[in-house]
Formats: sequence, structure tokens, C-alpha cells
Amino acid sequence: MIRSFADWFQESEARGLDLARTVERLEVKETGASPEAVRERIRDALRVMRQAVDEGLAEARASSSGLTGGRSGRLLADGPRLLGDDFTTMLARAIATLETNARMGLIMATPTAGAAGVVPAVLLTLAPAREWPEDRLVDAMLVAGGTGIIIAERASIAGAGGGCQAETGSAAAMASAAVTWLEGGSHDQVATAVALTIQGMLGLICDPVAGLVEIPCAYRNASAAVNAVASAEMALAGLDFPIPVDQVVDVMGDVGSKMDVRFRETALGGLAATPAGQEIAARAGMTELVQLQRRGSTKGEGSARFGPS
Amino acid sequence: MTTLFDILGPRMVGPSSSHTAGACRLGYVVQAVLGGMPERAHVGLHGSFAMTGVGHGTRTAITGGLLGHRPDDERLREAEAEATERGLEVHFETVDLGPEAHPNSAVFEVFRGDERITITGCSIGGGRIRIREIDGFAVDLSGSLPAIVVVADDVPGTVARISGLIAERGLNVATVRVDRTGRGERALMTIETDEDVPDEVLGELAKQPWIHWIRNVHQLNA
Repeated sequence: MIRSFADWFQESEARGLDLARTVERLEVKETGASPEAVRERIRDALRVMRQAVDEGLAEARASSSGLTGGRSGRLLADGPRLLGDDFTTMLARAIATLETNARMGLIMATPTAGAAGVVPAVLLTLAPAREWPEDRLVDAMLVAGGTGIIIAERASIAGAGGGCQAETGSAAAMASAAVTWLEGGSHDQVATAVALTIQGMLGLICDPVAGLVEIPCAYRNASAAVNAVASAEMALAGLDFPIPVDQVVDVMGDVGSKMDVRFRETALGGLAATPAGQEIAARAGMTELVQLQRRGSTKGEGSARFGPS
Repeated sequence: MTTLFDILGPRMVGPSSSHTAGACRLGYVVQAVLGGMPERAHVGLHGSFAMTGVGHGTRTAITGGLLGHRPDDERLREAEAEATERGLEVHFETVDLGPEAHPNSAVFEVFRGDERITITGCSIGGGRIRIREIDGFAVDLSGSLPAIVVVADDVPGTVARISGLIAERGLNVATVRVDRTGRGERALMTIETDEDVPDEVLGELAKQPWIHWIRNVHQLNA
């Protein structure tokens, strides 16, 4: 298993493999699956990603909370205003996956359900624009996967562990690495793309309104996708970042572990704890959550004991 | 250890990897340990599972898991209706397992025929789970590898005999954990293997007089 970008690059150089092949080789070695089986599983992941995006864009029905549903379709129908078609499509795709997710639809949690919109939005939008064939997309997913493994090992990919920087931040870093690599970026440029992505999202809290994976998650997936592409663009142009990528990832882990528990998916802080957020939680019938939000406490009280006898 | 498909996945029904997919996996492992769908289940939800579970379909997902559905099965959405139809009765309540418990923990008490089993587990993020306790025995099962769970006499050589019987079938043992603090003269063993242990191997193990109870936990994401 790879535990740092430095190891990943070194291992690849030592064996004369590209970054995607190194991840594939390690997966084959660790699980005993054939390379073709690994690639087929990734092709299946891409199928589910496309389907989740299409379903989200086509379905106008709201989620059971009413917080999302139909927004991505509206954005796409309205068409591009400020930048080109691809920009608007990418944003809509990021939101679409989260809308499918909120309706209990089938998604690929890459790396988590709450951040599932970022990688497909970036890769599926750039693939036709940059004319990447399907096989290259599979390679890109391997690079995204390698990036996610390192972040999970060194820091966290879970909102409960490290806030939203760990969820949409990790997803954006994965997408950014994949794009930079596919566009012919060097190891240094892949490292820079990841470092730039994470530095732009450091400290981002996880504060789901009413505890639901909807708001702000859907919109954060859209902004994370933008960050991923922006970072890849800058890295590919040869812009540098003076802090090594592994150290940037460690900072993200450190910030996450020091983050107050209210800002780690508990819905007790941030946007979730605002008066409007509390009202939405009350409407959704989350009475216990609202009581805790009002108390500003994180301790569960008044619940019955129930244990194995 | 994080594997590639922990990151590129899981393939799952939304909305939350911890509160939906992980919850479903817990239910799935519970029915796998029980040997099939329970007729009755009491499920205690602790911490965040209890607090924000409603909007995440945590209860629906646990019910679906108890029905034997995996996290990517789209039938999860209709799990409550299916449970009614198939005769699975599930009761949920809020519990407090103490400050040491993982915030996404659940304790199950399930019944099937004459069997009754209690299991405590938690959802640790990204759809991954840990089973912490079975019938008062401390275990550590991830569900990402197939496993067998055995209660046997706590006498010298038991572990070697069981792993020997598994190895004879050409199956590779990945991890072994033994806990004998629960019940004095008996030991609970969780043996994770690289491939599913065929049910006939389990049948053969079950015939051994020094084995009192044995369960097959099939791999979740195979």
C-alpha cells in the first residue's frame, strides 16, 4: 500500500511504471484480483456514476426533505452565463449526483456519499472535452484512487473524522490529480495539483443542515469540482507550491483532528445550527437534534439504556 | 488498511455512506451471523445513528440489511414494506451505550426460530463497519473479508485444529482472533479468510463435539 505521494512516485520510478499502473499493481498484489477484474470494477463504477448524474439531471422530484431535487436540471436548462458550456455542465453534474443520492438512488461513494458528485462531475465533463477514451478514464480513476488512499491513510476522508475538507476536499484532490496526470502532468505537477486543491479547502467544516447529506453538500460538491479543475490548470501551467504535498495532507489531518465535534457531521454547528437550520431540522421532525442544537451541547441525554443481556 | 475500492466506492444506495450503507451492512452481517433473516429484531440506535438517522434512512437501511440486502440493492428503499410482507418485525429505540461507544453504533437483539443472538456494531465511515460484540464476546469483524465465528471449548490446540480443518480445504486464513473472557470455559473465535468458507466445511466443523456454535459470515462486497 502507498502511504505518501513521495512513496508512490518513488515506487513508480523504480519500477518504470506510470502512476495508474502502480496503483493497479498494488491492488492486484493485495487482493489477488486480476488486473482485468480491477479495471472492470472501475468501468462499472463509471457506469454507476453516469447513471447517477443522468438520473439527477432528469428527475425534477424533490427529496423527502425538499432541500434538493430538480436544482441541477434547472441550472443546466438555464444554460451557461458567465463561462462556457462545460463549466455549467460540470456544476450541474456535481449537484445531480447529490440529488440522486438524497433520493436513495444508486451512487458510487467516491470517496464518500457526501462527496460523490466531485469526481464524476470533473472526469465526465472533461473526458469528451479533452477526448479521453474510456480506457484512459479507467487509468484516471486509478490515479484518483491512489490519491484517496494516501489521504485516507495520512488524514481522513470522512466528515465525522475531519470535516468537509476531508470529504469534498479529498474528492477534489482525487479529481485534480487524475486530470493533471491524464493531461500529461509530471509527478511534481500531480503533487502540486493536490497541494493546491487541499490548501484551498483547508478548514472547511462539515455542517449538514438537519443532519442531511443535502445542504450545503450539493453546492459544496460543485465548488469542490471547480477547485479541482482550477488547481489542475495552475499545476499544468507549471505554477509551484512551496509546501510538499504530503505535508499539506498532514496539515489537513491535523486541522481535522482539532476541529470541534460540532463541525464534524454532527449537525450541531455551522449552517446546521443557525436559526434557519434549526427550523428546517424541526420541520423534518428531528426533535432530538433540535433540542441539542438549542442547548449547544454534544451530549446525548434522556435516552434509555439498552444493552446486550 | 485502505483498499482501492474503499476509495472508489462503495457502490451504494444513498444518502450516507456511514448512516445508510454502513447501517445496511450492519444489518446484513447480523442476519449472516444468525443464519438467515430474523423473525424479530430489537435494534438500539446510539449517538448520531439515533439523532440524524431518520433523514438518512438508517432504519430503512438496517431493515434492508436484516432482509439480506446489500448496500447497493435498490430494494432498500422499500425495505419496510418488504419486511412486513416477509414477516420480519423490527423495533427501534434510542440507546446510550456510553461515551466510549462509536457515535454510529447499534445493538441488535435478533430472534429466528429457537435462536437468539445479540450483536453490537458500529459504522466507522465510508460504508465500513466493525462488529464489536457477539453474545457478550468481544470480536472485531470488518465484513470486508469472509469470516467464520466459532464458540468452542477453551482447551489447548483448538485454534490449530480449526485452522487446520480450514487449511485442508485450501482456504487461506487471513486473521484469527480469540476471546475467552466472556464465558469461562468457552472461547469465541473469529477467523477471517481470503475466500468464502463453503457451508459444507462449516457443517463438518459443526460436527466436532468441542465446537458448540458456529456461524458463517459471507463476504459483503464480493
